Amino acid sequence: MKNALQLAYLIPLFPLLGFLLNGLGRKYFSKSLIGTIGSGAILASFAVSLWVFFQVKSGNTHVAHYFNFISVGDLKIPFAFQIDQLSSLFLLIITGIGFLIHLYSTAYMHDEKPEHFGRYFAYLNLFVFSMLLLVMGANFVIMFIGWEGVGLCSYLLIGFWFRKEEYNKAASKAFIMNRIGDLAFLIALFWLINKTGTVTFLEVFSAESLSKLSDRDITVITALLFVGATGKSAQIPLYTWLPDAMAGPTPVSALIHAATMVTAGIYMIARSNVLYSMAPAVMTVIAIVGLATALLAATIALKQNDIKKVLAYSTVSQLGYMFLALGTGSYVAAVFHVMTHAFFKALMFLGSGSVIHAMGGEQDIRKMGGLSKYMKITNITFLVGCLAIAGIPGLSGFFSKDEILAGAFATSPVFYAIGLFTALLTAFYMFRLYATTFRGSFRGTHEQEHHLHESPAAMTIPLIVLAVLSIVGGYVGVPEFIAAGAHSLKDFLYPVFEPSYKILQEHHVSHETEWGLTIGSTIAILAVVIYAWTRFSKKPDLAEPQGLGKVLANKWYVDEIYDAVIVKPLNKLGALLNNIVETKVIDGIVNGVGRLVNYGGRQLRWVQSGQVGLYVLLMVLSMIVIFVLQFFFRK
Amino acid sequence: MIALLLILVPLLSGIATFFIKKEQAARSWAMLAAVVTLAVSLLGLTVLNKANYLSFHATWLPELGSSFSVGLDGMGQLLCLLTSLAFPLVFLATWRRSYPNGHSFFGWMLLAQAGLMGVFLATDALLFYFFWELALVPMYFICSRWGGERRIPVTFKFFVYTFAGSVIMLVGLLYVYFSAGNSFAMHDFYAVRLTSKEQTFLFWMFFVAFAIKMPIFPFHTWQPDTYEQSPTAATMILSGVMVKMGLLGLLRWLLPVLPISSYAWGDVASGMAVTGIIYASLIAMRQDDMKRLIAYSSIAHIGLMCITIFSEHKTGLQGVMIQMFNHGINIIGLWIIVEIIERQFGTRKMSQLGGIAQKAPVMAIFFVIIAFANIALPLTNGFIGEFLMFNGILNSTVTKYGVLLTVLAGTGIILGAVYTLGMIRKTFYGEVNELTANARDLKWNESLALTIIVAIIIVLGIYPQPVLNLTNEITDTILKNADVLSIKK
Repeated sequence: MKNALQLAYLIPLFPLLGFLLNGLGRKYFSKSLIGTIGSGAILASFAVSLWVFFQVKSGNTHVAHYFNFISVGDLKIPFAFQIDQLSSLFLLIITGIGFLIHLYSTAYMHDEKPEHFGRYFAYLNLFVFSMLLLVMGANFVIMFIGWEGVGLCSYLLIGFWFRKEEYNKAASKAFIMNRIGDLAFLIALFWLINKTGTVTFLEVFSAESLSKLSDRDITVITALLFVGATGKSAQIPLYTWLPDAMAGPTPVSALIHAATMVTAGIYMIARSNVLYSMAPAVMTVIAIVGLATALLAATIALKQNDIKKVLAYSTVSQLGYMFLALGTGSYVAAVFHVMTHAFFKALMFLGSGSVIHAMGGEQDIRKMGGLSKYMKITNITFLVGCLAIAGIPGLSGFFSKDEILAGAFATSPVFYAIGLFTALLTAFYMFRLYATTFRGSFRGTHEQEHHLHESPAAMTIPLIVLAVLSIVGGYVGVPEFIAAGAHSLKDFLYPVFEPSYKILQEHHVSHETEWGLTIGSTIAILAVVIYAWTRFSKKPDLAEPQGLGKVLANKWYVDEIYDAVIVKPLNKLGALLNNIVETKVIDGIVNGVGRLVNYGGRQLRWVQSGQVGLYVLLMVLSMIVIFVLQFFFRK
Repeated sequence: MIALLLILVPLLSGIATFFIKKEQAARSWAMLAAVVTLAVSLLGLTVLNKANYLSFHATWLPELGSSFSVGLDGMGQLLCLLTSLAFPLVFLATWRRSYPNGHSFFGWMLLAQAGLMGVFLATDALLFYFFWELALVPMYFICSRWGGERRIPVTFKFFVYTFAGSVIMLVGLLYVYFSAGNSFAMHDFYAVRLTSKEQTFLFWMFFVAFAIKMPIFPFHTWQPDTYEQSPTAATMILSGVMVKMGLLGLLRWLLPVLPISSYAWGDVASGMAVTGIIYASLIAMRQDDMKRLIAYSSIAHIGLMCITIFSEHKTGLQGVMIQMFNHGINIIGLWIIVEIIERQFGTRKMSQLGGIAQKAPVMAIFFVIIAFANIALPLTNGFIGEFLMFNGILNSTVTKYGVLLTVLAGTGIILGAVYTLGMIRKTFYGEVNELTANARDLKWNESLALTIIVAIIIVLGIYPQPVLNLTNEITDTILKNADVLSIKK
């Protein structure tokens, strides 16, 4: 009997149809029809995802095989989807939050012309489609299709307003940075094919194929895959595209930062957890890179004044946390944080969109202030997001962050200390952002003040839903030391990470220590929150930064350094090759040889310049005639 | 039968075209002929796909040991399909372009098609050489009569360069001919036993001829100039179809005939090709002329195929096969749009363009899709080819440098994204200027041609298996003949 989960293809099919319909019909459809098709497609996917989730929850997992994508020699790459605990959870996040973002977009993008409105929704649907392929793929190649697909869609959406040169550059940057990681990903795949002959997850992670891999193979493969993840999930050294990616419409930022794209790297590593657990050196590298990224991005966020930039760097920083979790073997914590982060980051991005909408396009928080009076729902929901990301007990971020930090402590107290310090920075810059934007008095123009209003329901409803999720979303992962057996997420995901548990030895931290750490960190975070709130409500940070502050405001000049070290030299090299090597050296030699022959020919007087062609042609033609004559008259 | 028709239809209709004096009539006639050729090619792939229809032998110069032997294997079928698709697409897309003395333009085009078909079909070395030259001469005439300002010196160089290559090849062919007991037949060439010393110098004679044609660094300098100066219809054929002559040469006449030297010198050839990938990509980044940019990008793409051929790996060769087809389709698509831009604005300089997407969104969509296929985005045809090729290079058993070559050639993937996205940005995005403010969108013939191309891109990107099946057998044959270890000396 066929497994009911064979129907899982419906999940990506709806967004694909939505993309085609809106893409082809954008000139003929009304905006409300476009919005309905776009959002409806994702809602339909969400419904199917829910059904799939409950199937999985009741114990039914399945690999749905559809057709052979590539079959060459011994290499067989089926087009197949793997429906299990991990993918079904991600499906819910992607389609659920994706739907809210679509709904929100119908109002947010309403000023666009129908044509561009249609284009926007088509891209958005394609984005979700790509992400679904990435998550559902039953092998690395299908995953890679989605992997590059989200890169394409981010390119299209970041550069959505393609008349602005700066946006187009940000779009290209995102794609190219991602491509660097993608190359590493591909090389890892070829290596894997070489050693195991397969790319299908279940086969690669089987004992038989793992036994074919030497330690070196595993290290190389996992390291290369991780490089791929640094591109997609914005880690050092490939993170610089993500903050620039805010050039796109704000709901797109929410989609990229919360539901799709940046979580891809975490998903991929969680999916390949067996390989990573067998490569302790790579795990350590991942933990360190994650921690360094978390810290670096948090310091930059301290001094940003663009509301979306603060959020963007906070995403980079939070992704660093997730990699820290992966690197310390807390796979569940990483996935847990993906989920809670998706709630509160989508919430805050959409909230910032609501603010920008009300401010008539203004994004500089120094020109805001006191918005709580004008936009009640946005204010409260945004505050919930800030509290959640800061890790205030009772909200979702608290549980997932605490789990990550506990795992870090078990591995190394140094990791924990840096992680906690970053958490304090996070609390600080988030409440600097909140207080500067919503508290104090309004600092914009009179005209702007007059225009301030709460956003329409299509925008506030998603905010409210996300706020509720940001509060309650953490209770699926209540830690052991608070209530035994209450971590239902861990139990649900157990089959996915079971092989890793067998490999990794468990570091045990006593419940007393955990209580101590949690209480200590909570007190510190609360103190920072109160300090930042009161300070920036009264006296917002309006002056131009000096000294270290200036370095932070300029993002440690990393973009400038990349430009000077990589981009400019490559361009110079290109110019050198183009202007000198190509024309003077290589072509010079060719022409020199030509001239020599020509000169010799002229001396012999049987070639007159310009007529060589004719001679040669005559030669060839006479050859043709001879052959043809021979052919017909020989007999 | 099919094989013979694929040559005869364009040959005879091409000759006839010279006698049709009216341009429009000649154009329609050429289109009709091209469509008939396409139909023949499709028949050969489907209902008449039987051994006795696919090959043809006639006695011809028996005292020389040569016969008129043509036949279609999987590679031949694929390349003939490409050729027979390319010409109607080119005619369709340039339907509104008028040429002085138009009838002879179309005549030469069809003769070039006949020559190309012959090259892909010949199973006799002398015949192969004959068609090799036959394909060259019409292109020479087209480029030198209907090209740009600098056409005379440029096409002269093109002709002398490639002609020099083919003369060297002829000498090589003759040497093998004498060693093979005075026979030009392909199977005798495959069976001939040559010492490794002989193979070494023969390898370089053949390789240089093919390297010029493809072209491979450093034999490429004729190419950007020629592509730039030729009328775009000819550029499409040159870059889309004609460069495949060189690749086919490697696959059919070099690897299986000279397996020892291919094994011994493959790394050197790959080294040249990989240098060319990086070199051409870096230069492409600096180009302002769209035609030159695409020309250099093509050098990089062909270089990758060349490396893959010398890595002698099953998946790699299958990748080369499908990529030969893809590259032709995709680059023709890019040229079609370049041609539209040039005809509208009188320039191909990206610095003078910009914002076209606002005025001509449909053209922009086509261009973006084709450009992304050109940089091998998954679910486009380009991905299938590049994935298989890179897999073949890294997993090659004949070279020690598989990983290094993969990484170096892989930088081409990244640089390819840099210059391709740059081209999209500079021409289609941004604000309109005086020149582009009144840009018009596609006409029906252009839309139709581009729709066909995009359909091929997507269909093969999602379901490439029919093509892979088509070339499965021939790649095995090539590998078997090229396998050094199984050859008893």
